[in-house]
Amino acid sequence: MNNTKIESIVGRYNGDATRLMDILIDIQDEMGCIPDDSIQQLSRILDISKVDIEQTLTFYHFLSKTPRGKFTIYLNNSAVANMFGRKEVAQAFEDAAGCKFGEVTSDGLIGLFNTSCIGMNDQEPAAIINNAVFTRLTPFRAKEIIRDLRKGKSIPELFVAGYGDGNNSSDLIHAVVNNHIMKKGAVLAENYELGISTHRAMEMSPEAVIEEVKKSNIRGRGGAGFPTGLKWEFCRKSPGEKHFVFCNADEGEPGTFKDRVILTEKPDMIFEGMTIGAYAIGAEEGILYLRYEYKYLQDFLEKHLEDLRQKNLLGKNILGNPDFNFDIRIQFGAGAYVCGEESALLESAEGKRGEPRDRPPFPVEKGYLQQPTIVNNVETFCSVVKVIQNGGDWYRTLGTKESSGTKLLSVSGDCRFPGVYEVEWGFSVNDILDMVGTDKDQVQAVQVGGPSGSCIAPNEFSRILCFTDLATGGSLIIIGKHRNLLRDIALNFTDFFIEESCGSCTPCRALTPILRNKLVKIIEGKGVMSDLRDLENWSKIMKTNRCGLGQTAVNPILSSLKNFRDLYTSKIQQDVAYDQGFRMDEAVAEACQATYRGFNY
Amino acid sequence: MNQIIKIEIDGQVCMGQKGQYLVDVARENGIYIPTLCNIIGMKPRGACRLCTVRVNGKLMTSCTTPISNGMQVETKSEELDNLRNGIIELMFAEGNHFCPACEKSGNCELQALAYRFRISVPRFPFQFPQRDIEAGHPLLIKDHNRCILCKRCIRAIKDESGKSIFAFTKRGPKVGISIDTTLSAKMDKTLAQKAVEICPVGAILPRAQAFRSPIGTRKYDKTPIGEEESSKKDPVAL
Repeated sequence: MNNTKIESIVGRYNGDATRLMDILIDIQDEMGCIPDDSIQQLSRILDISKVDIEQTLTFYHFLSKTPRGKFTIYLNNSAVANMFGRKEVAQAFEDAAGCKFGEVTSDGLIGLFNTSCIGMNDQEPAAIINNAVFTRLTPFRAKEIIRDLRKGKSIPELFVAGYGDGNNSSDLIHAVVNNHIMKKGAVLAENYELGISTHRAMEMSPEAVIEEVKKSNIRGRGGAGFPTGLKWEFCRKSPGEKHFVFCNADEGEPGTFKDRVILTEKPDMIFEGMTIGAYAIGAEEGILYLRYEYKYLQDFLEKHLEDLRQKNLLGKNILGNPDFNFDIRIQFGAGAYVCGEESALLESAEGKRGEPRDRPPFPVEKGYLQQPTIVNNVETFCSVVKVIQNGGDWYRTLGTKESSGTKLLSVSGDCRFPGVYEVEWGFSVNDILDMVGTDKDQVQAVQVGGPSGSCIAPNEFSRILCFTDLATGGSLIIIGKHRNLLRDIALNFTDFFIEESCGSCTPCRALTPILRNKLVKIIEGKGVMSDLRDLENWSKIMKTNRCGLGQTAVNPILSSLKNFRDLYTSKIQQDVAYDQGFRMDEAVAEACQATYRGFNY
Repeated sequence: MNQIIKIEIDGQVCMGQKGQYLVDVARENGIYIPTLCNIIGMKPRGACRLCTVRVNGKLMTSCTTPISNGMQVETKSEELDNLRNGIIELMFAEGNHFCPACEKSGNCELQALAYRFRISVPRFPFQFPQRDIEAGHPLLIKDHNRCILCKRCIRAIKDESGKSIFAFTKRGPKVGISIDTTLSAKMDKTLAQKAVEICPVGAILPRAQAFRSPIGTRKYDKTPIGEEESSKKDPVAL
């Protein structure tokens, strides 16, 4: 890449090395990869060492030092994609393209790559091709796509069906993605009117806004469930040159896609929630950290931000208030689940590897650029808009005593009506199964809260979704009886955590693969009783990991072992006390073949 | 103006200053908490997780936790010993550590920890990863087989303008250390020596130099690691 081009990209971000993510993403988008000579130039222009650029570059799934093809096909590899025929689709892509996954065709036209959940679990198998999403793929479609690409068709020319529902059909999105909104509540309701809550908030003092949020008892919707009002209060009270508002739109928990629907249908509500947050904590800058998988929403969201500036709901002196300036920019991630962890998200937004930080200090004290920062989930900000509009007391009438309000659930897997359901807290798993169209006697398990959550059996289906019983960030995956729970779910999820670990903490980096291999040994029928004990005992070390990803990385194994122990014991060799899981005949098979010698003991 | 804070470690009352990290307060009070990634006097990173203790009942790394008044700390228990040994064993299983052939043997913190905690063999299967030895730097050899990814070199070794010479690359189990070839070519002997010394294991070695001192005279040959602290209070624990 020539010097001037790199210089102009760096110039867009004023030569600021903390904007390295944006710079790398722009180079990748414009050049298809970030080769060594570009890194060299960046190092010179930004005056940082090459390894500091490479450590960020090599961390993110969608950034690459080598070309990934003129058309790069990222096929989702989530458990649910596999439940709905991903294997055959992948095979069709490989056959038609003439290269394997992880490779680029010899003419450089097509690259095939696996990717972690892209937030389309209700319309799998799905893929991202040059930032456009393709859903409900079949082997036929895979071949058709490759054929059309070879014919020279552009991405929009590849769409054979109409665009999706709601704003998915709008000019600025044009995606074949569907919202599948199955049930509306406080957040998704039609009665949202832009600006009312901002007006109301600004009639109150910032402290009073925080009090109202506290009164609503709302807790973070991303999964951890920290009380939102308390977070805002801590942040407001923390001294700093500046305060920042972050919206975490990096939903990466496999099976979660509700934020994608909010981003598509209620973007103004998110931005309004961020504005209220900014008013409450005293911030002038807000950042929407958006996962790269949702890049197709960029133009649409930018337009909405521009409209809000026109309406004086963003920008200088918002609604005529001489003391309140606030604006929002979009910061893209580049493919890393761990960046959904708030401190990793901040590291990433500063242009670094998405490694979670040590705590204390917490982001409310030292967050983005070491300044007090609130990081809240997309859904949390939207809920706050309703809290301010209708009052904390009203909000508490929704849900249960400890868990107020509504929750958007992303439902996928073996059910007739997958999609987004906004329900009040307090529904049981049984209620949900009735709602989404399942034959309950055909349900083997429900994965609540994604891979880091728990895999529960029918005897627990009466449990209640709320913070004091089954807490969840919103993902519910229904697993039918005909599924191989250990191979198709537990192993897939464990592989996901291995792929997405940042690699900083020893146990997360080193132990997860060891436990994964033990699971494989058991699945292959080579396990013995002591393997189950090892899984249980060894996994205790995972509690010493720094972040939630590390601490829950073997939950898929532990949770299935706890709730489906029979599945494990049925695969164990009952009469064998020790089996190293090693087969001499398999190990020497290649050598035997090469030397034309048979194998005997 | 230093504010003195009182905490309790394993039932023993300890004094420290506000803002001090737990691991430092413990050491100054004669209590040894094993560490690997920590560098005394530098901002901690909590990468190895070895110094995990229970603080007011919660698992925390003592190198990253500032003390606070009345903190109750537990550093010794069957559970904590199990976690600690498990982490040391993981480091052995994760890399390729052949102590008898290693130049750092006797001066190696990982080896010394294994001796101190009486680890003869890890409970985990050895992973035997394929890793390289990097010999392209004028003053250093980087043996990735022995690297425990503690980040000490990343944090402590910078060039005169503060630029990183060492950094992480990739993520998860594929993580490794990469060395900036342009900057490493400009390293002077003092900085190279510092890099060798900052590495707790034999992953960063000086070029053209093998074993420097005979067995019996190396750092941990006669006194186990951590002895300096714990000898004051609890010699029996060894």
